[in-house]
Amino acid sequence: MDAADATLLLRLAALNTAYGSTIDRDALEDWPDFFTENSFYRITTAANHARGLAAGVVYADSRDMLHDRVFALRRANIYERQAYRHVIGMPAILGHEADGSLRAEAPFLVVRTMRDGTMSLFAAGRYLDRLVEREGRLLFAAREVICDSPNFDTLLAIPL
Amino acid sequence: MPDTHATAHPDAAPRAWPPGITRIPYWLYQDADVLKHEQRTLFEGPVWNFLALEADIPNRGDYRTTFVGAMPVVVVRGAGGAIHAFENRCAHRGALIVLEDSGTARDFTCAYHAWRYDLEGSLCSVAFQRGVNGKGGMPADFRAGDHAPRRLRTAAIGGLVFGTLSDATPDIETYLGAGVAAKLKRVLNRPVEVLGRFAQPMPNNWKLYAENVRDTYHASLLHSFFTTFRITRFSQAGGITLSENGGHHASATIATVEGSDGAYKDQGIRSDNDGLRLRDMSFLDAVDEFGDGIQLQILTVFPTLVLQQTHNSLAIRHFLPNGTGAMTLHWTYLGFADDPPEMRRRRLKQANLVGPAGFISLEDGCIGGFVQRAAATAGDEQAVVEMGGRSVETQATRATEVAVRGFWQLYRTLTGL
Repeated sequence: MDAADATLLLRLAALNTAYGSTIDRDALEDWPDFFTENSFYRITTAANHARGLAAGVVYADSRDMLHDRVFALRRANIYERQAYRHVIGMPAILGHEADGSLRAEAPFLVVRTMRDGTMSLFAAGRYLDRLVEREGRLLFAAREVICDSPNFDTLLAIPL
Repeated sequence: MPDTHATAHPDAAPRAWPPGITRIPYWLYQDADVLKHEQRTLFEGPVWNFLALEADIPNRGDYRTTFVGAMPVVVVRGAGGAIHAFENRCAHRGALIVLEDSGTARDFTCAYHAWRYDLEGSLCSVAFQRGVNGKGGMPADFRAGDHAPRRLRTAAIGGLVFGTLSDATPDIETYLGAGVAAKLKRVLNRPVEVLGRFAQPMPNNWKLYAENVRDTYHASLLHSFFTTFRITRFSQAGGITLSENGGHHASATIATVEGSDGAYKDQGIRSDNDGLRLRDMSFLDAVDEFGDGIQLQILTVFPTLVLQQTHNSLAIRHFLPNGTGAMTLHWTYLGFADDPPEMRRRRLKQANLVGPAGFISLEDGCIGGFVQRAAATAGDEQAVVEMGGRSVETQATRATEVAVRGFWQLYRTLTGL
């Protein structure tokens, strides 16, 4: 690994840490800021991904759709108070694209804590990302959340 | 309907349930012996259980594994193109014969002692039947043909494959009734394609979800997404088609505005005044693809299948008990095989409305658990089901619990509870 990639790896790791922290401390209104305006975001399963099935439990093709999801969670949807703790592993650089974007992935675990204190391993999987540099920041042009299990326990309200 | 079940069904739950379908005692969701009774009288009784999509098993040897209640089942496309289904239990020592969710096979061999079954579930060979070097082996009078896992009769309608263990189950069209069958074929009118599968374990008895999907009363009250963002009008027309036996239903919400394609955007602008406006309404860019103005149709097939048309989002929801106080909802998102790309994209985006994270279905994941927990010590108390009257009939309103009563009518008939 050359020095440039080593620096990039550190930036990716810091980005993922900030991403997880934003969700985990309930700063969801800031969560769309990690994405480009025309970004793609999908939560799916490893089985769907392996078979090339396109659907997601969350499927957004714009940053505004991410804003709307947060807005709906705050204003419309009913669910019991809960919090996530993301543990995101070391990212890997998968490649540099001709258009200057970067492909990367990182494994994650998400522990969910319910209001009564019940904790569970809510999700495990990997992020499959395409990133671009915008004004000195790395942004997700695409983030696919590929969960190892087909199961989403009870409901998925807070994004992964 | 018997007012006591103690004599008719000696293994039935010992608790009381007065006649009728407007009071539902909570012990029905709690007692372990009820689930055992349901397995025998209901799931293995005269009902058609959903097994698979025809599109899942298009070619010879293609199979899927599923469950009928708690019974593991293999459904497979046979040599002649017919669809066979049999219990996923080796006739020898009872091990699972098939371990995968889906696949393609020439035949099935149990991993335990290599007993081999053909695509119809018939035992065709027994390993070392004649022993080894003249020693051991099965008795000379052993006949493979005398041993097999239980077989189900299968039937298909609209590309959905069902199975039954009872000889008394009528043909599928008769079972559904003409009204509900027509509503099913209204949506499933040509070959489908699977867009994705998701599962949603829920902390409640399976019947609480069976009621929830038939309960049109709760829709605009619990699920406030559409009303919060002023996307739908309260005056929308609609109603419920109910089968004669009560068990199956189709609810419809009909657009009452001209040119429904633009209506969402217009209403988005109107609600701009109070600041409650979504930024990207493109995911609600629906088209009236069935040409009848029905925007939402939720259809149930007793006991555990839902066919959902939410605008252009199509899905099969199949729910299975997982013990008394838990179940799993299996979502299969669908499109049509001949979807043009823009329609496919529309379906994928509108799927945000449904599923475990759906804007208008997210709450259904937790609401059954709220009942299960709240009624934990209220087994002898009863729920009240009187919205829209006390009858079971087709009604031209959604402010009703008529389809919930219909569920219990068929449930009581089958279980004798």
